Amino acid sequence: MACIEARGLRKSFGTTVALDGVNFSVEEGRILGMIGPNGAGKTTALNAILGLTPYQGELRVLGRNPWTERDQLMRDVCFISDVAILPRWIKVSQALDYVAGVHPRFDRAKAEAFLAKTTVGRNRKVKQLSKGMVAQLHLALVMAIDAKLLVLDEPTLGLDLLYRKQFYDSLLNDYFDRTRTIVVTTHQVDELQNVLTDVMFMDRGRILLDCSMEEIESRYVELTVQPAQVAAARSLKPIYERNVLGRSLMLFDRADRPQLSALGEMRTPGIADLFVAVVGDHAGETKGAEV
Amino acid sequence: MNTPNIAMPGASLSSQASVPRTISYAQAFYWSVRREFWENRLLYLAPMAAAAIFLFSFVINTIILRRSMHGVWPAHTAQHDVLSLPYDMSAALIMGIALIVGIFYSLDTLYGERRDRSILFWKSLPVSDLTTVLSKLSIPLVIIPVLSYVITVATQFIMLLLSSAVLLGSGANIAALWTQESFFRGSLDLFYHMLTVHGLWYAPLYGWLLLVSAAAPRAPFVWAVLPPFVLWGVEKMAFNTTYFLSLLMVRLMGPPDPEMAMSKNADFMSTLIPRHFFDQPGLWIGLVVAAVFVAATIQVRRYRGPI
Repeated sequence: MACIEARGLRKSFGTTVALDGVNFSVEEGRILGMIGPNGAGKTTALNAILGLTPYQGELRVLGRNPWTERDQLMRDVCFISDVAILPRWIKVSQALDYVAGVHPRFDRAKAEAFLAKTTVGRNRKVKQLSKGMVAQLHLALVMAIDAKLLVLDEPTLGLDLLYRKQFYDSLLNDYFDRTRTIVVTTHQVDELQNVLTDVMFMDRGRILLDCSMEEIESRYVELTVQPAQVAAARSLKPIYERNVLGRSLMLFDRADRPQLSALGEMRTPGIADLFVAVVGDHAGETKGAEV
Repeated sequence: MNTPNIAMPGASLSSQASVPRTISYAQAFYWSVRREFWENRLLYLAPMAAAAIFLFSFVINTIILRRSMHGVWPAHTAQHDVLSLPYDMSAALIMGIALIVGIFYSLDTLYGERRDRSILFWKSLPVSDLTTVLSKLSIPLVIIPVLSYVITVATQFIMLLLSSAVLLGSGANIAALWTQESFFRGSLDLFYHMLTVHGLWYAPLYGWLLLVSAAAPRAPFVWAVLPPFVLWGVEKMAFNTTYFLSLLMVRLMGPPDPEMAMSKNADFMSTLIPRHFFDQPGLWIGLVVAAVFVAATIQVRRYRGPI
């Protein structure tokens, strides 16, 4: 059974279409990155998955309808939005008490053990903690919950590099195993390149690309073209071309590799570059996509 | 970030699926109520502060009273008033404070969680909107009345002890304090009043405030007050009647009690017991209206996110 299964998922706010009848499915044990400019529909999709918003079309999360069964679903789903959502008045110890009180799968000892490695004091209130410490607290709460699906919406927004690195390291080393599923949206794509197993590019309510990292590696090639071969390379119809330090870089989709290797140096493109190549042309008014 | 250990065996601590505990509805409800007290410490601090201030002024009053008495106990007719007045006042003060706290709590609670975005955190936990809204409703409906009752009784008990201590050796009959005041009967009357009037009679008021709190895009106070005001204005303009206004007044002033007006020298505590309280259609209509408001509040909260 797929962890998330969406068919014709649609949501509009007045005349603005946030999700335009998208289909996708996320299998168990995957780490999916949803990538897109602001207003692409990522957060709307996540809100639908979390039962925070009604929608049209079909959506099953862990076999449940999220809109009608949110409270049961939340036993198996965890959610971190950007760090602002922990209530500012709550004390660290109260947050632990409360989640332990209402969540059947919360392991308090695990949360305490994680917090012990940080400088987050038990008697501090959230509003007295730095942004990075709030993220640590939230991560401690979430990692102590034996959930099947973890949804992260810009979880590291506004955090400095060290906290961001630590956040994803903890998540991967101490939390993720092959039975859990993680869906993450972020603007810091490059930091996630090695974390993700799947990517989904979204723009204006549509999915432009939905594939695994292996597929990306086999399908796309970035070629650093030798100056003499630019014309020859161009004739092979790159989907994107840019200049870096005087060298021409071209991105090819399903190109003939032996043929390309004669023209320059090949490598797998970065997700950010691929995003610009795939979405950039379509993005129109949303150009300058924040990736 | 360069070397994620996703493929490393034994890297995860938590692959062993632990058997989930079961969380009963009562437990989820208990923690939901408890967290309201963490957030809103004014719920108990305000009536307690009122009680402390009252006790302080009571001590001063008792000392002055003792000096002016010169060892002579007031005449029998005046005795009752002198004795019971401070007790009535303490009950009225604490009750009034509790009422104000309850009103502002109800108006802010579901608005506040949207304003500080913490609604996303609450909704990320397996607690239904039903549990959340009912636990919030129970605060003004049950918890505050019971709490302010306990604080009132404790205050009155301390007052009795204090006046006994102050009057000790003044020649006054201290035993009269404990017998004539009928302290315990009065406190039962008060308990009844807190649960019926503050709980049941005001239920539609709290239901309305919670609904506004859940729905208002901003300025919940304006949204709470404006519709009744407009309704009154429209009725007055269109039909030149004020049924809505009088309905509202009856609701706010407490249940009507025709027999009360007759008995003139009834003391404050007995005015707290409206006769035929449960026979009044107004009570039951009010409860139905409250139920509609609460059901609407639960639905509205499902749709609402941060603002």
